Amino acid sequence: MLLPHQVFLCKGLKDINGMEENTKKQSVGLVEPETITFDSIELECGRKLSPVEICYETYGKLNSRKDNAVLVEHALSGDAHAAGLYSADDKKPGWWDIFIGPGKAIDTDRYFVICSNIIGGCKGSTGPGSVNKKNNKPYGTTFPPITVRDMVNAQKKLIDHLGIKNLLSVIGGSLGGMQVLRWAVDYPEAVKSAVVIAATAKLSAQGIAFNAVGREAITSDPNWFKGDYYDKGKNPEKGLAIARMIGHITYLSEDVIEQKFGRKTKADKDTVNGDCSTRVDFTQDEYEIESYLSYQGDSFVKRFDANSYLYISKAMDAFDLYRDYGSLENAFKNVKSGFLIVSYTSDWLFPTWQSKEIVKALKANNISVTYYNIKSESGHDSFLVEKEIGELEEVVSPFLDNIRGR
Amino acid sequence: METLRKDHQIIALLINKGSKVLDLGCGDGTLLKKLSELKKASIQGVEIDPEKIKECSKAGVPVIHADIDEGLSDYPDKSYDFIICSQTLQAVHKPKKVLDEILRVGKKGIVIFPNFGYWRIRKILFFGGMMPKSNELPYDWYDSPNIHHLTIKDFKNFCKKEGIFIEREYCFKSLDQEKSSFLPNILCRFGMFVISR
Repeated sequence: MLLPHQVFLCKGLKDINGMEENTKKQSVGLVEPETITFDSIELECGRKLSPVEICYETYGKLNSRKDNAVLVEHALSGDAHAAGLYSADDKKPGWWDIFIGPGKAIDTDRYFVICSNIIGGCKGSTGPGSVNKKNNKPYGTTFPPITVRDMVNAQKKLIDHLGIKNLLSVIGGSLGGMQVLRWAVDYPEAVKSAVVIAATAKLSAQGIAFNAVGREAITSDPNWFKGDYYDKGKNPEKGLAIARMIGHITYLSEDVIEQKFGRKTKADKDTVNGDCSTRVDFTQDEYEIESYLSYQGDSFVKRFDANSYLYISKAMDAFDLYRDYGSLENAFKNVKSGFLIVSYTSDWLFPTWQSKEIVKALKANNISVTYYNIKSESGHDSFLVEKEIGELEEVVSPFLDNIRGR
Repeated sequence: METLRKDHQIIALLINKGSKVLDLGCGDGTLLKKLSELKKASIQGVEIDPEKIKECSKAGVPVIHADIDEGLSDYPDKSYDFIICSQTLQAVHKPKKVLDEILRVGKKGIVIFPNFGYWRIRKILFFGGMMPKSNELPYDWYDSPNIHHLTIKDFKNFCKKEGIFIEREYCFKSLDQEKSSFLPNILCRFGMFVISR
């Protein structure tokens, strides 16, 4: 619940941003994650994972026809907490709170929104940090390899459990967009529409390269212990932080780094190696971009499991609809959803041409597509950035509206 | 129902029920939406302007953000029944290539363009000695998106030379007013052609 003065504040901000005055954008308010346990799930690698817990959140109300459900897919470092707050004094809302809520792009007054933590993750769903019931020890690297298809299959079980046969839409960016593509390909009857943001049907060699360096940072950390660090009282924090730092650079554009940080130094002086009379300390952050990345790395290790990072980044590397079906055109042969594809001009990690290839393959199959290449400066992360979100909202909101009316 | 612009009315009559229609430079999607409603057409727009993309989204018209000059190479041969190119041809860099692609991807093309041979335009150029400006061509020479001006006669000559068959021909005094085809190259502001190959 928002207090009246908070609504007023929101409204004031909106006016400044030049947005429509009559739409009241609000928070979904206090939310609680839920967990469902399934006996087992058959994984793509052939192994069976048993039992499987899926942590999820829902916002809004499922209507009596059960046809207003929107499934939101999170990216590599995301979780089930897409919107709202966990407590009244919670300072950090869900990761897509700017996009999900009453009056927002994914309007919870109209849609029943579901977001679940992917399997292999570390935020409530079964992953390498979970305890293997067979030996009562955390899986570590004995956890089976997972794929984007496995993530989607687990979500399908959740949807079935919630009694939903048809999803009005499946929406996601980055790895979330890969899952959306998987949903549309694997469960054509269940997906009325698909919104694929800053995504690709196969990760580029460059993308694999960055993931590889991130994994190398983790696996070469002496505290990784081949993945069995859970009972050691320490974990590969440094390695995971470096992986996150590398990842973070790839999520930003050159422009935005230049604008935000430039060559600004922490002490506001441009010294090279500090005091030249003593031993040089290379561990100190000198430039603001350095301390920003250190902060990103340090805060990430507090909320993320290094093994999950390894497993999920591997799943991203392996995602390749071209390979799975011989061609992307072939992959979309049985697809029935209408598509909205969005790319960002400043995204060099999942570049525009990859989205255009998806559009091309969909068109070759005579599938209704809207494609918008949004001019942005925030890079791959644009879909999560407040100042860029307006453009995305302007296509996603009417897209959902029109799908609902159909 | 609100009245349709005359050129849109004619297009709606030309198009068979359930046709597949691609509109190059579809603007806010008004025409495609009408064709979808009136003719149950399977519609797809292409547009370069982000503002128009958003308007199409609001109208529920599927639209692809693309530059027509980059071609229709994404589209298989004869994959559309009709390809509409309304007041777009004069603004592309390679009109010949665009027309070739229209006739490769579409079974038929419907092309509408402002006629530079219209008598008022001739008058401004002849007596004024300046690049003409009009309601249809409101830009100064230095900031005009219209970079390939053509006349109805030019278009017909082009079709003859390129072996393009003109199935139908319409001329408009304005887009709300169709004209008899008496001296079209002088008396018409717009030409509209249904072409095939």
